[in-house]
Amino acid sequence: MVEPLLLFDALLGLAIVALAVAVLTVHDRFAMIVLFIVFGLMSALAWVRLSAPDVALAEAAIGTGLTGALLLTTLHHIRAAPAAPVPVPGGVVVANLGLCALIFGGLAFAFLLTPLQAPGLAPAVAQNMAASGVGHPVTAVLLNFRAYDTLMEVVVLLAAIVAVWMVERGTVQAPAPVLGEIYRGFSRLALPAIVVIGSYLLWVGAQAPGGAFQGGAVLAAVGLLLLLGRLYRPQPAHRPFARAGFVLGTAVFAGVALLVAGGGRLPFEYPAAHAKTLILLIEGMVTISIAVTLAALFHGREPEAVPVSEKSE
Amino acid sequence: MTSGLIFGLTGIAVFAIGLFGALVMVEPLRRVLALKLCSVGAGFLLVVGAWREPPEAPDPVPHALVITGIVVMISATAVALALIRRLHMLERDTDD
Repeated sequence: MVEPLLLFDALLGLAIVALAVAVLTVHDRFAMIVLFIVFGLMSALAWVRLSAPDVALAEAAIGTGLTGALLLTTLHHIRAAPAAPVPVPGGVVVANLGLCALIFGGLAFAFLLTPLQAPGLAPAVAQNMAASGVGHPVTAVLLNFRAYDTLMEVVVLLAAIVAVWMVERGTVQAPAPVLGEIYRGFSRLALPAIVVIGSYLLWVGAQAPGGAFQGGAVLAAVGLLLLLGRLYRPQPAHRPFARAGFVLGTAVFAGVALLVAGGGRLPFEYPAAHAKTLILLIEGMVTISIAVTLAALFHGREPEAVPVSEKSE
Repeated sequence: MTSGLIFGLTGIAVFAIGLFGALVMVEPLRRVLALKLCSVGAGFLLVVGAWREPPEAPDPVPHALVITGIVVMISATAVALALIRRLHMLERDTDD
């Protein structure tokens, strides 16, 4: 007797592997990106089955939704020139196929020998939940027990937008596609709902699956709709506000860490009475930063008036 | 046979497929996607490592690591895509 849910898992696993192959083999690049988005959503579904709803939300919103938007807008910019296919020598393909098959075999062998469902760090987290200031273990790990990791992650996001602005400085790009009238009406209806959902995800993260990253990604979708519908046009004069938005999360996060340090406490060792307030403050500011940064990454080039001298280069 | 076993092998397969793509694909956009497949495969293994047979609760630490990984990956992807756009622009200007 095969359990129906296990059958579902097996079919889902096969579909995910087939989609991964299809992403790399399909000829059309638009189809490639769409297949990738389907692949990401199926992976998120698999992670729900593995009782990881936080990870599934993050993968669906950031890893699939926003990554897909980034890929599609990039495809729009580079669509002009079809990729000139330079064939890879057959020997190289076969050698790499053998290498990857070996790696698959080795990893699968190691995985099958690994004892699953070991205790891990779950008991340590459960013991200290009362001191964390929040009720949801994943949020406690992200914002309290391993807050350094999360601070560095926010710094990486900041570094990414700095790098993107530097790389594309002074370039002239085709304008992003404009949504039609129907989409404008749709975005007027959808925007308030998205703002509510994003804020709810942020708030509920203290007690249940959700949190700053998922909420920030959903709020970034507001930015995308505003940009695509031309309801907001980035101007060079708005750059200081954008920069303030990018830095806000990192600054508040690091500032709180430094402020609670001292008096025998370490950075991120929040006083128990204020732990929830401080975590919500950090999460709120980080959410704003994530939303602004992700929307800016989608927009790409920094809004600037191209100087005449650089145009002639 | 458990969900953990099935999705663990799925993750390893996706990782190997992504690695193969990153090694042999010519188009830069497709190569970025191949690396993205690798990262999802690695995420699968961490999530499987955190998984416990229900009703036991999963280990939250690997979950936090995967969420961090997802955000780092979109940062890296965004920079890679900006480089691709710039490269495309430079190639187009050379052709003119």
